[in-house]
Amino acid sequence: MNMNFLEFEQPIAELEAKIEELRYVGSDSEINISEEIARLQTKSRELTESIFSKLDAWQVSQLARHPQRPYTLDYIERIFTDFEELHGDRAFADDPAIVGGIARLEGRPIMVIGQQKGRDTTEKLKRNFAMPRPEGYRKAKRLMEMAERFKMPIFTFIDTPGAYPGIDAEERGQSEAIARNLFVMAQLKTPIVCSVIGEGGSGGALAIGVGDRLLMLQYSTYSVISPEGCSTILWKSAEKAAEAAEVMGITAGRLKELGLVDQVVAEPLGGAHRDMDAMAQRLKSALLENLEVLDSIPLDKLLETRYQRLMQYGNYAEA
Amino acid sequence: MSWLEKLIPSRIRTEGSQKKAVPEGLWAKCPACDAVLYRAELERNLDVCPKCAHHMRIGARRRLEAFLDEAPRSEIGAELEPVDALKFRDLKKYKDRLTQAQKATGEKDALIGMQGQVKGMPLVAAAFEFRFMGGSMGSVVGERFVRCVDTAIENNIPFVCFSASGGARMQEALFSLMQMAKTSAALAKMSKRGIPFISVMTDPTMGGVSASLAMLGDINVAEPKALIGFAGPRVIEQTVRQTLPEGFQRSEFLLEHGTVDMIIDRREMRDRLVKVLTMLSGQPAA
Repeated sequence: MNMNFLEFEQPIAELEAKIEELRYVGSDSEINISEEIARLQTKSRELTESIFSKLDAWQVSQLARHPQRPYTLDYIERIFTDFEELHGDRAFADDPAIVGGIARLEGRPIMVIGQQKGRDTTEKLKRNFAMPRPEGYRKAKRLMEMAERFKMPIFTFIDTPGAYPGIDAEERGQSEAIARNLFVMAQLKTPIVCSVIGEGGSGGALAIGVGDRLLMLQYSTYSVISPEGCSTILWKSAEKAAEAAEVMGITAGRLKELGLVDQVVAEPLGGAHRDMDAMAQRLKSALLENLEVLDSIPLDKLLETRYQRLMQYGNYAEA
Repeated sequence: MSWLEKLIPSRIRTEGSQKKAVPEGLWAKCPACDAVLYRAELERNLDVCPKCAHHMRIGARRRLEAFLDEAPRSEIGAELEPVDALKFRDLKKYKDRLTQAQKATGEKDALIGMQGQVKGMPLVAAAFEFRFMGGSMGSVVGERFVRCVDTAIENNIPFVCFSASGGARMQEALFSLMQMAKTSAALAKMSKRGIPFISVMTDPTMGGVSASLAMLGDINVAEPKALIGFAGPRVIEQTVRQTLPEGFQRSEFLLEHGTVDMIIDRREMRDRLVKVLTMLSGQPAA
């Protein structure tokens, strides 16, 4: 099995392997096989299109967690310039699971904050698999309040399995740290654009997820609990994660239908990791468009709209 | 049934093989110290064990009745009812779970809000009903909470909320998560107007409720020995593969770690909160 491809992508992997083989043969043989290669490439693209046109929620959640998926720093590097990372919550520590700092977007100073996953084992451990501890949320809050003071718009990139279920995180009050961010972000006097770029896992995600716009990449997910967690609690078995993913409606498309997400940013064919540069460009355009709209709204109106937006979340009947 | 049991007249025969430790109704047993307690006395004591002061869980309506003066009282958001917008189904349908919870508790959802008075001081009070799907927060809980906040703002009176919840309601999926943002935003608005919010965390206050409204009190209060935290102890134990420290995530642990301002015995709740609230609202001592 080709590890660059997920299980449901294996037919594509097989085709790609065949193409590689032909190329290898082609380079040291007389026969012209470029036509055959082109034919297979078309076939591979069509197959990819067909597989990706009907992904279920569980498959999407695997894509959202793909080991090659672009992470926050990959986007920061491609979307912004002059990034200076700022560290620490000024009280306890710096949490590498959340990165943040000042940068420029098309020349304009902004604040960017996001959860950061690690690529290799060492970095994964250092970043704690992007599961923030309280100092991470508190660093984020510090940077957001700084952005407000210096009139910088805020961009957040959400990509976390969730808050860290650890003894130390509880000791240092992770509930309060998350709650405080929700409280502060609701009233922050600067535009906030939040984008889910991978996994939007529960409270850990929401802690940098309150703002004026919520964007989701096409194959990202956002949920109140992981499909595995939901399955364990409601089905009393870890095996129903796929079913849980479906019924919770964790995909960008479904959440857009439900009115919880403002915009879905399309990913390149096969997912963001197949063309990181193109994905970053698309996301950048979306961020610029949204910022332009938000810029045109007076600050008091912006805050009132943000508040009303939060208040309309929910479904209930009035007897 | 054995021949011996058959000999016993039916009126004194107890059905079933397992003997109940305590007869239903008249007596109750303290789960902490095993003392057998006369139920009427226990109720007079607000379900706090008279022997060991263990705080048992109590329902939302009883909680508010014990906390508020007898009159005036008016319920907030009683007209709100839950709906199953996602057609959620796990082992059971969400709709059936709702019906079942409504039947078992007599409530429409897991939060009850009331405008009333405590020792003559007007305020808004809300309480979570833990028996209603674990006191989980879905759309109705969020909306009722916001209406309580709105009532407090309109009348310029304090708001006290007693939480008892396992967290966000999974059956309402992302809508539940968003209730965390919604309730926190409402509290931010109230805070800006200088209206006091006191959060009383009772056993248990976990997950999304803990990580939103419950931790945002101007004053955070806990009842003795309540379980309070974000992640559940079992999840943490499985993740870190360490034995949890003694008293982990209990009120006394939170007090020690600076998360709550004070622990208040349920029987003193009215007196202590009124005392605090008069000071926060700049009123003379009661």
